[in-house]
Amino acid sequence: MKKNKKNLKPSELAALQEAENAAALEALKKRREKEHKKMLKSKGSNKQVGKSWKNDVGIFLLLFFTGLFMIFPIYLAVVNSIKPVQEVFLMPPKLYAMDPTTDNFRDLFKIASDSWVPFSRNVFNSIFVTVVACVFHVLFASTAAFVLSKCKFPGNALLNQVVVIALLFNSTVLYIMQYMVMATLGMINTYSALILPIIASTMGLYLMRQSMSTIPDAMIEAAKVDGSGLLRICWGIVMPNCKPALMTIIIFEFQTAWNTNGGGLVYDEALKTIPVVVQQIAAAGMARQGAIAASAVVLMIPPLLVFVLAQRNVMETMAHAGMKD
Amino acid sequence: MAENTSVKKEILLPSERKMSRKEKRDYTLHEMKRNYMCYVMLAPFMILFLIFTVIPVVMSLPMGFTDFNMASFPKWIGFQNFYSMFLEDDVFIQSIRTTLIFAIFTGPLSYAMSFMLAWLINELHPTLKTLFTLVFYAPSMAGNIYFVWQLIFSGDQYGYLNAFLMELGFTSAAKQWLTDGNYVLGCVIVVQLWVSMGAGFLAMRAGFQGIDKSMYEAGAIEGIKSRFQELIYITIPSMGPSLMFAAVMQIVSSFTVDIVGRTLAGFPSTDYKVHTIMTHAYDYGWVRYEMGYASAVCFVLFIAMLVCNNLISKLLGKYVD
Repeated sequence: MKKNKKNLKPSELAALQEAENAAALEALKKRREKEHKKMLKSKGSNKQVGKSWKNDVGIFLLLFFTGLFMIFPIYLAVVNSIKPVQEVFLMPPKLYAMDPTTDNFRDLFKIASDSWVPFSRNVFNSIFVTVVACVFHVLFASTAAFVLSKCKFPGNALLNQVVVIALLFNSTVLYIMQYMVMATLGMINTYSALILPIIASTMGLYLMRQSMSTIPDAMIEAAKVDGSGLLRICWGIVMPNCKPALMTIIIFEFQTAWNTNGGGLVYDEALKTIPVVVQQIAAAGMARQGAIAASAVVLMIPPLLVFVLAQRNVMETMAHAGMKD
Repeated sequence: MAENTSVKKEILLPSERKMSRKEKRDYTLHEMKRNYMCYVMLAPFMILFLIFTVIPVVMSLPMGFTDFNMASFPKWIGFQNFYSMFLEDDVFIQSIRTTLIFAIFTGPLSYAMSFMLAWLINELHPTLKTLFTLVFYAPSMAGNIYFVWQLIFSGDQYGYLNAFLMELGFTSAAKQWLTDGNYVLGCVIVVQLWVSMGAGFLAMRAGFQGIDKSMYEAGAIEGIKSRFQELIYITIPSMGPSLMFAAVMQIVSSFTVDIVGRTLAGFPSTDYKVHTIMTHAYDYGWVRYEMGYASAVCFVLFIAMLVCNNLISKLLGKYVD
């Protein structure tokens, strides 16, 4: 039939097309009815196609073994932190602690509390730096990301480019230049040297920008017509729809801020954060092998808590359906 | 016809019309004034960004063209650093090879893996979802916990891998995983994969969570038959921006592999086996204090990353606005 198509007159062609369309429409209707019946049968909950238990088992096994690979070293760190000294150097090495103790943790806190300033001060520093950096990064970066992705203004394209380029730029002298800029501004050995660079990190901004660009413009136009200002649109309408990305940058930033050691930016003992103190303890070498493992475990706990809380929040918020364009 | 075009001209927006330079400037100023709120909202972040990123980056760009040893003022030497890098420095040429190997293994492989894992996890029961996300992200969360790999790859019988292999009878003697030139690259690639999956993976998880679920229902009705079709026609197009973010993160982490290799294999590593461009820059910058040369090395790397980024954004272009 297709062969003859060229030889047909326009009117005949149109009639043929109409017939074809009608047939296609009929087929589509039938298929939809079938699908509808199928969906009704499965109580409407099975929205995924091609599901079978064989697939599920395969997927689960794959995830399980990859997961084992990911978690095994962390498991080792935890086990090493509860091993008494004589077991750490046992031959052959054991995958579990035969005689678990909390000595390593006790040692760690003893060493930490023996230092120049009370350990509670370091804990306070870490918490203060992390919370302030996180909160302000989320506020500033989300607002900026909204403007970069959803507003048209002179300079938008340039700024977007600059953000990506900044993410890629990595130079040995960059750190020295940062130090020089901070020194000029008198920030060395203050909290701002620890906090401000984290607030200014571009990773969170870029992630938010990318996530916001999936939100339909029509929604923003509608809000504008209703008379909302940009700030209100950003925080009242766009942000609640970007919760997965928001939770992700909270996780990223919390982790960055929590693990920040300030390098040479802060040298006053009273301003040092926990990771710096832990590094100082670890620098004592092999004799503190257990204490090092213990410190790694202790340092992991706060990011872990934030991660679990944030993830749970994502699950809850995504339970309701998204918006339509 | 002529009438038609003249009508069309009248309804063109000012931004689409050809303007004189003065007109253009006035228009830009007008637009800036009209959108002043945008600048106000950008200001808090952009001021900090300017201070801590833009200014240091702009200051460090020209360093590659100087002879700078941290003690005396940088001396301008033009392209001298680049000449000696490509023509005289054998280790640098080798480091390019090593970096490419790392980039190929930990870049596309890790990217594909994090995408696949995020996709598979997305369809599990919510509790399992959280659990697996936690498991896969844990290595990135653990900070510098990769020292544990030293215990695993340790060259004596205390090493977990050696003990395991000897127990099962695969080898009779302990292998020097981290000092034998034949194994060290593979070992570091494994650890780097382990370390670097996190950020991209989590971003992709967020991307999956952001997809409107009703799209799948619509897809099923429209005749999508397999999981694969679903992936190609619905999932990937609706998470383009997350894919781009993960790609950028992956480029950064796979081109700048350095610290993991230095920690595990020591510095310098056996036969420079895990000596990447970043390690080379570290060597010249922080061991020999030839900052000018180190910056030139980093500059070459930066250009390579920029090219790679542009290639990927072209590839993903149709999914990203």
